[in-house]
Amino acid sequence: MIQAPVTPILGRGGVIFLVLLLAVAILVPVLNLFATPGSALHVPDYMVTLIGKYLCYALLALAVDLVWGFCGILSLGHGAFFALGGYAMGMYLMRQIGSRGVYGNPELPDFMVFLNWKELPWYWQGFEYFPFALLMVFLVPGALAFVFGWLAFRSRVTGVYLSIITQAMTFALLLAFFRNDMGFGGNNGLTDFKDILGFPVQASTTRAVLYFCSALALGGCFILARRIVSSKLGLVLVSIRDAESRTRFLGYRVEHYKLFVFTVSAMMAGLAGALYVPQVGIINPSEFSPENSIETVIWTAFGGRGTLWGAALGAIVVNAAKSWFTGLLPDAWLFILGGLFIVVTLFMPKGLAGIFSGWRWAPRPPVTEAAKVSTQAAE
Amino acid sequence: MRSLAAILMLLLMTCGVWASDAAQLINALAPGDFKERETAISALAASGAEEAAPVLQALSGGNLYVRKSDGKVFIAETRGDALALTDPVGMAAAGEGAKADIEKIKINNNLRRLISNALGGLTMVSTDPAARRKAALSVLKSGDPAALPSLEKAISDEKDAGLAALMKQAAAAATLRSDRSDAEKMAAIGVLKERTDRDTAALLTAFAATTDSGLKDAATAAAQSIESTLARWAAVQNVWYGLSLSSVLLLAAIGLAITFGVMGVINMAHGEMVMLGAYTTYVVQGMVAQHAPGLLPYALLLAVPAAFLVSGSVGVALERCVIRFLYGRPLETLLATWGVSLVLQQAVRSIFGPTNKEVTTPAWMSGSVDVGGVLSLTMNRIVILAFALAVFAGLMMLMKASTAGLQMRAVTQNRPMANAMGIRSNWVDALTFGLGSGIAGLAGVALSQIDNVSPNLGQSYIIDSFLVVVFGGVGNLWGTLAGAVTLGVANKFLEPFAGAVLGKILILIAVILFIQKRPRGLFALKGRWVEA
Amino acid sequence: MIALEKPQFAETLLFLEDVTVTFDGFRALNKLGLDVGRGEMRAIIGPNGAGKTTMMDVITGKTRPDEGRVLFGDIDLTRLDEAAIANLGIGRKFQKPTVFENHSVWTNLELALKANRSPWASLRWVLGGEARDKIAATLERINLLPAFASLAGDLSHGQKQWLEIGMLLMQEPELLLVDEPVAGMTDAETEKTAHLLRNIAETRSVVVVEHDMEFVRALNVRVTVLHEGSVLAEGNLDAVQNNQKVIDVYLGR
Repeated sequence: MIQAPVTPILGRGGVIFLVLLLAVAILVPVLNLFATPGSALHVPDYMVTLIGKYLCYALLALAVDLVWGFCGILSLGHGAFFALGGYAMGMYLMRQIGSRGVYGNPELPDFMVFLNWKELPWYWQGFEYFPFALLMVFLVPGALAFVFGWLAFRSRVTGVYLSIITQAMTFALLLAFFRNDMGFGGNNGLTDFKDILGFPVQASTTRAVLYFCSALALGGCFILARRIVSSKLGLVLVSIRDAESRTRFLGYRVEHYKLFVFTVSAMMAGLAGALYVPQVGIINPSEFSPENSIETVIWTAFGGRGTLWGAALGAIVVNAAKSWFTGLLPDAWLFILGGLFIVVTLFMPKGLAGIFSGWRWAPRPPVTEAAKVSTQAAE
Repeated sequence: MRSLAAILMLLLMTCGVWASDAAQLINALAPGDFKERETAISALAASGAEEAAPVLQALSGGNLYVRKSDGKVFIAETRGDALALTDPVGMAAAGEGAKADIEKIKINNNLRRLISNALGGLTMVSTDPAARRKAALSVLKSGDPAALPSLEKAISDEKDAGLAALMKQAAAAATLRSDRSDAEKMAAIGVLKERTDRDTAALLTAFAATTDSGLKDAATAAAQSIESTLARWAAVQNVWYGLSLSSVLLLAAIGLAITFGVMGVINMAHGEMVMLGAYTTYVVQGMVAQHAPGLLPYALLLAVPAAFLVSGSVGVALERCVIRFLYGRPLETLLATWGVSLVLQQAVRSIFGPTNKEVTTPAWMSGSVDVGGVLSLTMNRIVILAFALAVFAGLMMLMKASTAGLQMRAVTQNRPMANAMGIRSNWVDALTFGLGSGIAGLAGVALSQIDNVSPNLGQSYIIDSFLVVVFGGVGNLWGTLAGAVTLGVANKFLEPFAGAVLGKILILIAVILFIQKRPRGLFALKGRWVEA
Repeated sequence: MIALEKPQFAETLLFLEDVTVTFDGFRALNKLGLDVGRGEMRAIIGPNGAGKTTMMDVITGKTRPDEGRVLFGDIDLTRLDEAAIANLGIGRKFQKPTVFENHSVWTNLELALKANRSPWASLRWVLGGEARDKIAATLERINLLPAFASLAGDLSHGQKQWLEIGMLLMQEPELLLVDEPVAGMTDAETEKTAHLLRNIAETRSVVVVEHDMEFVRALNVRVTVLHEGSVLAEGNLDAVQNNQKVIDVYLGR
């Protein structure tokens, strides 16, 4: 009897990643809160926030990798889902300010008072309750992804066309959120948060907890994503990526699969945004800018597309490099980032993950739609 | 008695006015009550004396004074405790006078209106045509019947046919308010009907409300006809703005249509090629200004080939160094070229600095052309529209009629066969890409005239350009033209209703929905070779 | 050689009537009519551009015809999409072998195995013993048992063709559409393939598009000749090969 091949849920790379993540998740806040300030072991507050931010980016990159690495959907609009999740959390935090705002209005956030608004718009209702806001963190990006995906996948918009319209989507949202009368604070966005669930957002302990939650969310989403891609559903996703019409002719409804994974991924991005906002203390429309979304894709590509943990690692490494360089040589950073885009696509198709797995890259690059178009045209 | 004098003065005016008469008329402004002053103003205005205008202006502005001792009128200005006097006749300084000796000539609002109308009539006979035009327009707006006599006189004297027509319209407007016969008023309505502006329509509507006779219907109909003409012009204006935007979109997108449509390469650095073209224009202008200032008006023409060469060679280099390794992998190409765009932006920022660069508009591209008295087309937009069409036509010819175009199409359709026939497909690829980038450079020259030349210039056009290409249908230059025109005009038609930002959002959503409906664009190729 | 007279099949499984497809003015199919009986194997031949692949596209839902009916049993296929048609029991093998190159041979078959195709069911899918046996049996049948763990991308061209046929079998279709199954195969492989297809046709209807006349002869089935989008001739291979119209088309006028 032959042994049927089984995909392990986590795999070696996944286990190492989770162990490292757990270590970082516990060590950083512990060293922040309990080591004596000034000692070599002490992690300063700003560092906790900075790494927490990286973890949120890592979760965003994981979400991008889930759709791009496994299903071939290159979304240039995942920043929009991230920002929407962030806005949902930001709205909760705005409502928690209460009468401590500059204008002291117990009901309306400052910018609404400033705009002479008399009452809270309907879509702000309910955001004073944390569970509701948390639900919206998932629901709003999820619903947008579902509607957008339903339209796009049903009409079989694929490849670069899909990339371009996802970019147009986030661009449209960028323009919309810049408008004051949208009711999301316009240009300035939402900021000046005071507390979350009754704890002051600036306090070290709150920050440590938020940091820990980010790590937890990253780990949890990683396991969920691994569960998805190691199931038969994941195999079908890869089949769609490599040979979409073959998958269709086997009887799989490709659009349903894409819709499922796109929506799940958008929700993960939303969660990342929701954790990001209380840590950095602001959310504004620039989070919707198409540049952000494309940058996320390069974190994923740099870390290693189609490995999930590689994507998360890529986000952390690139962002750490960004923090370092923008402090050291601000002008050089765009050269480095631009160069990264070129070098990764030309010379590192498997990204960092490829280096770590000892250049064992058996699978050939997937046959893309365009390659098939050209071969068909040649016939 | 006074009115008799006025008539006398009128008679005098026709045979010329002496300075002493003018002085007399001016001095008549001071005594008496408002009623008498009114007559005096009319008399002065009707005299057509050259002093009349400055004196009446001074009177209206409260700067006309009378010397109590002899009743002589002066234009005066406060200087310290005293007043600096100017003799209105000859406009000579006439020393100072103590405030106690001199009294301001008072007027009321009625008189102010009268003066302003009278001034209109006065400038009507001015030697400066611009002043006459201005005067006629002011009467046209006010429709004051008092101006009628001087207008009619002016019309008979007017040599300029266009101005005479305008004065006739002004006279017509005044006629409506006057107590002239219905026949004359009917004729006046006929004259006013020819005008296309909101004020005339309002004038006619107001007139229609004051009368019950057959004139009412005629005036209402005339007002409506003007309104509908105006609406048509508004639409024409929107179309023009739309076409102007379309020409910019076309220029930015057409190079993309070649690299994306013909070669299947997504070039996210396309916007930076545009940006390089704009900076080339800046540099060329700077060099010309330094070495051959006389040629400065033509620096823009020199910039056209220069921008094509600069952007084109960067494009060729990009194709040779990056893109050729990524053929058949469109998503990777997208990412790599995005990286290139970041590098180019930062390079330009490092060299030229982050601030906007000034590119001057040559005289032959400034100014505007009036169409129908309503629409003003700026010259630079007209030139850009013509330029865009010229580039499009040139490209069409290149693709259809030249060997290079033939080879390009051959390689696109069947690469192995083209190779077999001795076409160096590598070089065709590089040159095609160079062509697309070079055209982006041309777009940059045009954009430097209407947009800020900054490192981010290209970014603002890249998404729009992609939408144009995708909307028009990939691989079809006519589609790109149609896409640019549709999106440009639609954008400008939405703006008045939705505002610029919301209009743009609506366009984006519309295109997103459209792509779902027709994933391959407006002019898509159909057939089994399209999709795997 | 046995002269094959038109076999009477109890029931028509696939029925095409007046099917017309136009691409930008070019008529790829022109009032095409065709019927395939349940359990029948049919060979379709015709020069390039005769409409063979377009016909497959129409049957499998990839291309919508401008007019005409395509009935599978009682169901009109022109209103359904590819997935629905595949799930009705029509399997298709492409001209160019398309297998999932980044999956193992085993996974390719597992994905093709007849099962609930919804994402939710796939997420909760567990490979059972019965499914395992089916996959193993098919591996045996397509001669790929030793290669079950290799990546499909590493297979030879001929092996990919077999894997694709194996995937069709896993779908348990009532009708198989096979486009040029022996293109690029060695003679030995061609012979094996002919054997495999005849074997399959014992339980299912099969439509084979092929250029290789030797292979068609080896199949020994009724032949339909397509030309310019319609049926030019139909009958056994010898009759068709002696048909004057067919000779004209193939030898050129």
